[in-house]
Amino acid sequence: MSKQERSGASILVQGLVDQGVEFIFGYPGGAVLPIYDELFDDQRIRHILVRHEAGAAHAAEGYARSTGKPGVVLVTSGPGATNAVTGIADAYLDSIPLVVITGQVPTALIGTDAFQEADTIGITRHCTKHNYLVKDPSELKSTIEEAFRIATTGRPGPVVVDIPKDVQIALSNGEADAGSFVTSERYQPRTEGKTDKIAQAVAMMAEAEFPVFYTGGGVINSGPEASALLRQLQDITGAPVTSTLMGLGAFPADHPDWLGMLGMHGTFEANMAMNKCDLMICVGARFDDRVTGRLDAFSPDSKKVHIDIDRASINKTVPVDLGIVGDCATVLQQLIDAWGDRKAKDLGEWKARITGWRARESLAYPPKKDSIMPQLAIERLYALTKHRNPIITTEVGQHQMWAAQYFHFSDPNKWLTSGGLGTMGYGMPAAIGAQLGNPDDLVIDIAGEASIQMNIQELGTASQYRLPVKIFILNNEYMGMVRQWQELTYESRYSNSYSDSLPDFVALAEAYGWKGIRIEDEAGLDAGIEAMMAYDGPVIVDCQVSKDANCYPMIPSGAAHTEMLMYGDQVEGTMDDEAKALV
Amino acid sequence: MHIKEAKSERHVLAVTVDNEAGILAKIAGLFTARGYNIDSLTVADIAEDHATSRITIVTNGPPEVIDQIQAQLERLVPVHNVIDLTEEGPHVERELALIKVAGVGDDRVEALRLADVFRAQVVDVTTSSFIFELTGAPDKIDNFIALMRELGLVEVGRTGVAGMMRGAEA
Ligand SMILES: Cc1ncc(C[n+]2csc(CCOP(=O)(O)OP(=O)(O)O)c2C)c(N)n1
Ligand SMILES: [Mg+2]
Repeated sequence: MSKQERSGASILVQGLVDQGVEFIFGYPGGAVLPIYDELFDDQRIRHILVRHEAGAAHAAEGYARSTGKPGVVLVTSGPGATNAVTGIADAYLDSIPLVVITGQVPTALIGTDAFQEADTIGITRHCTKHNYLVKDPSELKSTIEEAFRIATTGRPGPVVVDIPKDVQIALSNGEADAGSFVTSERYQPRTEGKTDKIAQAVAMMAEAEFPVFYTGGGVINSGPEASALLRQLQDITGAPVTSTLMGLGAFPADHPDWLGMLGMHGTFEANMAMNKCDLMICVGARFDDRVTGRLDAFSPDSKKVHIDIDRASINKTVPVDLGIVGDCATVLQQLIDAWGDRKAKDLGEWKARITGWRARESLAYPPKKDSIMPQLAIERLYALTKHRNPIITTEVGQHQMWAAQYFHFSDPNKWLTSGGLGTMGYGMPAAIGAQLGNPDDLVIDIAGEASIQMNIQELGTASQYRLPVKIFILNNEYMGMVRQWQELTYESRYSNSYSDSLPDFVALAEAYGWKGIRIEDEAGLDAGIEAMMAYDGPVIVDCQVSKDANCYPMIPSGAAHTEMLMYGDQVEGTMDDEAKALV
Repeated sequence: MHIKEAKSERHVLAVTVDNEAGILAKIAGLFTARGYNIDSLTVADIAEDHATSRITIVTNGPPEVIDQIQAQLERLVPVHNVIDLTEEGPHVERELALIKVAGVGDDRVEALRLADVFRAQVVDVTTSSFIFELTGAPDKIDNFIALMRELGLVEVGRTGVAGMMRGAEA
């Protein structure tokens, strides 16, 4: 071994240190033992041992989304890699920067159905931004550098680096091939909008009488300055703002021009403003089907401007009048500069119409005597925790939508939810990652009793690292969102949507060394939340809520923005096949 | 309920990519995953240092889908650029086919005569068969194969289209 020679595993770890990695979320196994040995006495990076590789990927996502830094995952070959796939696919759909290191069987055994061999490159090809099979340790340094660059720039996303075991052990001076990607013509994301398009957008904004900002996760991904610039641009133009599920927090929810979330469970005023506007300025959102409702009835009379770093998102489902490819923060700054000292149009008539729509109070829900309405539980949770400006993660289902509707955000990076993939089991590991990245913050996973069981094993991870995360379960003893759809679409035939044989969540919490709290009625609601807050450690709150509450407003599938169902509307029924097929 | 179909246009895309493992699978998989059509796809190394390849894809779809295909291809990390030859203007398209025809008597004479009309080369011959090599635009090859069908067509091998813009510019 010549002096400068190092093993692939050592080059890898050095590469991660060079990238400023603080945490690796991982789980060991045969094909990554050389890397684990390298980490054994390394003080520069902290390895967080999860309990299942899905937890590693979601924890890395939670860390990434709450800190703006890339999340790093390390798993073994075969089942280690396949267990991580859901989290990788989740990060892909929600544009979360991850670098996932997977072990692979030794090069000579690839393709022989070797023990714990899976075609990780093939399996992750279409749910990663890019992936690599590294066949030579001398390529590791430049591969890691490029992997981080790809994960974090342009439209962020997950990158997989698959490293055969022999490559982890083999020696190299680590310098050969360094920078080989730098000269390549590949991968050059554009961040700045074209000047003529910026000028056009400003002209359209200056003329609009009924403008609306429709913002998304891209504003969050672009960094906190993008949120600040959005507020600035809104201030000088006066246009009201709505946001997708992923974009919550980019614009303060207590602002008079905040319309609330839009889409399937968006507010009446947000969806009506989208439908009736004459100019829609879409910033870092992607016209997802949960947002647009029926496409041929989507905002029929508006001109549309779409700002997105991913040119493939422009004109994908909704044709727009002006597409601007660029980073949200950069383009927002360009728009502000180009706007100059123009005076905003008088939007009085528009605001008056919006006030009319707000008067519908689309988030109103009927009180209940004998049980806690889940909406009320979220409202109280918000009221009693907002002074701590908490980070909220969620699972997937009705509770997720209620959290989006009744918990309000004033800052970016505080709301972590699985929007694109809708992955039950995301919330607790994401909370663990967020807590590690933000040790002084209050982190709460708003969960459903069904979802929380999907990654329940991560209770152990939080215990091991003494992370004071809180899990607030809205326990309705149903896969509520499934039940709601069965009511709407299948005449309340509740096929397999009842949460049977539930664990005693309080006892379960205690079994893992957590505190468990049960809230059974409204009288105990505030006290339960206060007790959760007061406890300096991890807590599960089993908040037993009304079993039949539904999530409104709702645009049924196949319907237009103007066809919203409100609480109290007749809900049980069937749908025609076209609507059923839309999901 | 029935599945609806949209009208479509044929486009030829020339894609320059880094010559790395998996790029073909990535592109082919992109087409299947997103439901795009591939009529033909050719790929070969084109650079002196073997660092880049050119992939020519013939696809069809509604105009907005063609635009999406181009955008989706450009999004792949190893892709340098995508040129829609059909959209850009005058270009040439060529394809090579090997066509085996077996027969005797009048059919055999007629096959050889038509091959001459189409300027196909005879690259293999036995007393009862020919292999013709024909280069040209895809529809010329289609026409020739259609004629050979009546004269004892046995086997066809086609390369798929390679295309290039006319004029001096790259
Ligand atoms: C991994 C996964 N499997 C299935 C689904 C489909 N799904 C969406 S919501 C839901 C029910 C969630 O139930 P619960 O966690 O209790 O939440 P609730 O709707 O009752 O608030 C299911 C099964 C999903 N989103 N993710
Ligand atoms: Mg439930």
